Amino acid sequence: MNPGARAPSWLVQRSAVWRRLGDSLGNWRRGRLSRQDALQVLEGYRGVARDVASARKALPGNPITGALETLYASLHAIVNREPRHTLASLRHLYAIEVPATVRELKPRIVGVWLLFALSTAAGWWMIHTFPTLVGLVASPDMIQHVQHGELWTDGILNVTPSSVLSVRIFTNNIVVTIFACVAGIFYGLGTFYIIANNGLMLGAMFAYTRIYGLDGDLLKFIFAHGTVELSMVCLGGAAGVALGESLIRPQLASRRESLQQATAKIARLFAAVIPLLIVCGLIEGFVSPDTAIGWPVRIVVGLANLALMFAVLSGRLFRSGVAA
Amino acid sequence: MSTDTLTIVSPTGVDVELAIAGPGSRAYAFVIDWHIRVLIAVCWFAGVSYAMGRGIWGGARPSTGFIVIATLPATVIYFLYHPVLEMLMRGSTPGKRMAGVRIVNRQGGTPSTLAVLVRNAFRLIDCLPVLYVVGLSTTMFSAQRTRFGDLAAGTLLVHDGGSEAKALQQLGSLSLNPALDAGTIALGNDLLLRWKELQPDARRRLAGELMSRIGAAGGAAEAPASLASLDDDTLRQRLRHALSGGPQ
Repeated sequence: MNPGARAPSWLVQRSAVWRRLGDSLGNWRRGRLSRQDALQVLEGYRGVARDVASARKALPGNPITGALETLYASLHAIVNREPRHTLASLRHLYAIEVPATVRELKPRIVGVWLLFALSTAAGWWMIHTFPTLVGLVASPDMIQHVQHGELWTDGILNVTPSSVLSVRIFTNNIVVTIFACVAGIFYGLGTFYIIANNGLMLGAMFAYTRIYGLDGDLLKFIFAHGTVELSMVCLGGAAGVALGESLIRPQLASRRESLQQATAKIARLFAAVIPLLIVCGLIEGFVSPDTAIGWPVRIVVGLANLALMFAVLSGRLFRSGVAA
Repeated sequence: MSTDTLTIVSPTGVDVELAIAGPGSRAYAFVIDWHIRVLIAVCWFAGVSYAMGRGIWGGARPSTGFIVIATLPATVIYFLYHPVLEMLMRGSTPGKRMAGVRIVNRQGGTPSTLAVLVRNAFRLIDCLPVLYVVGLSTTMFSAQRTRFGDLAAGTLLVHDGGSEAKALQQLGSLSLNPALDAGTIALGNDLLLRWKELQPDARRRLAGELMSRIGAAGGAAEAPASLASLDDDTLRQRLRHALSGGPQ
């Protein structure tokens, strides 16, 4: 810049336009962007781009140039932001995107279920063969309950109300499922560990309760909520495997881009996983610990829950009137 | 492209660079946010406990009503503070605002709801094993100072460019006298913008020097001697008029 040069005439002429655009930006930030403001922003965007280019040449390093660049970056963010159609995109998400993601993850879901089944069997074998190792997978309180001939869940409703129990359970399950997924960022190994650990614990507890003749009670306890709950954890695990795979075998130019693409895809799954885990939590809080509820009701609730899961994951529940 | 800047490529052909925030600014913002959310959660819990006549750590087993009204909202405030505020405040939080940083997507725009949720879900990994060791380590060693959450969500933490509001305020109140050179205009406007931040004697001295410069350039300005008797507000007003070439 020539310090002695006069202020370029365009600077003087354009300042009123910048002022108006600043007002429009303020309205946008307050959520009160009128149609006129929007048109002004669209028109002004290109003009400010020219102003920035001119200012960089005529006034390099000048605070006015910096302020113009900030204005331009803000206008760019508004003009190029994605449109929001909340209701329509929600329906599309549940009817099309979630089922498509589940279909794509199918081989991984099978793989994760297999890993879970294998680790359950391993846990069962471990405790069946060496019962003293139960301390590795269960808390002293749980062990004590079983040794006294009752499940640790017996009488839980006397201690905690069903509503609170449900909230606690589904919060914990949501965290575990999300964790099973995001742990996939360690090239899938974190997910493998979490799934194997959960399977091991389940198998071990079944083996231990069998020693005291309580395995039937445990099955009765978990039947209504367990199938869907474990399916959700495995679905989270399958999503984690997809994350790991995107890093091991990137489909795009870089691992970062590949990871982002995979995450954007699998994150949509949680729109279905979280509500289903909330339903499981409610069942686990209100139905499962209630000893007055017999097998028939538990079977009906369990199957209905399973049917709900298939309906949600296949998109059938939301498909009417949504174009693919 | 430098690894410490994000270049926003625009169809207009004019690109803008945003400075990427490092672990220091990130940690500073987090510490402020952490204190705010803990304070709000504890205040809620203590307030409701007091209102319900339990005392904060009341001895008896808490009732369902107490848990629902006092404990749950406090927990929700603590855990949903970041995702909810980042969505409502378009990639910012009070802590980020104070630290002068904000979240943007890789196109420099406001991150989508999905990106905000993904970024926050990955806090489960970033906070491992304690005190965000994983997250801070990755921001120190990754190319664009990102933690796992940013990597997965496609977001970046950038400096706010000295605050957008300040820049817009500057453009909005710009005084432009065509008779003056661009350097004097920039200097004058900068002085007007920072008027209240400067010490009174420093701003009076700078205003005096600037008025002389404007006078020498042929602009309408008074002699420095006559400025000494003016009060602070009048002096600021005179400087503004001199810069815009308007009446005294």
